[in-house]
Amino acid sequence: MDQKRRQLLHAAGGLGVLGLLVAAGVISPAQAQAAAARPGFDARELDAALAALGAQDASASTELSLAAPDIAEVANAVSVEVKSRLPGTDRIAILVEKNPFPLAAVFSIPEGTQPEVITRLKMAQSADVVALVRAGGRFHIARKAVIVTISGCG
Amino acid sequence: MANPMRIRADVRDGLTDVRMQVPHPMESGQRKDDKGAIIPAHFITRLEVRHGERVVFSAEFGPSVSANPFLRFRFKGAAAGDRLVASWVDSRGETRSDEAQVAGAAA
Repeated sequence: MDQKRRQLLHAAGGLGVLGLLVAAGVISPAQAQAAAARPGFDARELDAALAALGAQDASASTELSLAAPDIAEVANAVSVEVKSRLPGTDRIAILVEKNPFPLAAVFSIPEGTQPEVITRLKMAQSADVVALVRAGGRFHIARKAVIVTISGCG
Repeated sequence: MANPMRIRADVRDGLTDVRMQVPHPMESGQRKDDKGAIIPAHFITRLEVRHGERVVFSAEFGPSVSANPFLRFRFKGAAAGDRLVASWVDSRGETRSDEAQVAGAAA
């Protein structure tokens, strides 16, 4: 093992798992930094999660659509679709109002990727599903009430 | 070692439609086992998909995402035959990467 490689491995070890992933080229340094911070994911209330994302003043927008079922009988896999028609959309977040940790997912939308995503979420109880979109530096929000008949977090 | 991701990617008119299912328990840390002990949290925290050097999609997850996460998104710039690489890291620092080939959509 030559000296350079040893130094690289040593440096990677000091950075932990994310550092190793960066060294291996699995993720970029910027992404490793973002992963280490994760604002909003430790929030226990919807408003706190929105504030952590910098979105406490988000405005309702008709250019943002949120599709989720009215009634979710299987609450451990509730299909949610978010679609933005706002120019410059670069981030989409999905939150579940009454879950223990409301922030479910934050998606980065690079240039060339459609500002839309479909995923599936767990819901602890009947609550609003919330879609948050950042476009041109401003946040926009949409809500949809989902009735849960059997909890998906128990 | 987690099972491989199932990734389908079809390109039509320059837009690649990606659907993926990621085998992972996504334990929220809220559930109890039959003896009443909390099952520790264990969930994917970050996932990204690359087309060559370019990250075309990335996600940060909390524990509210369903077990075996499903994702669907669309991006421009890939051609049939191109490779996509999807990678995730979870709350225990475990990781996995899988490749998929972009298919031309059936007419």
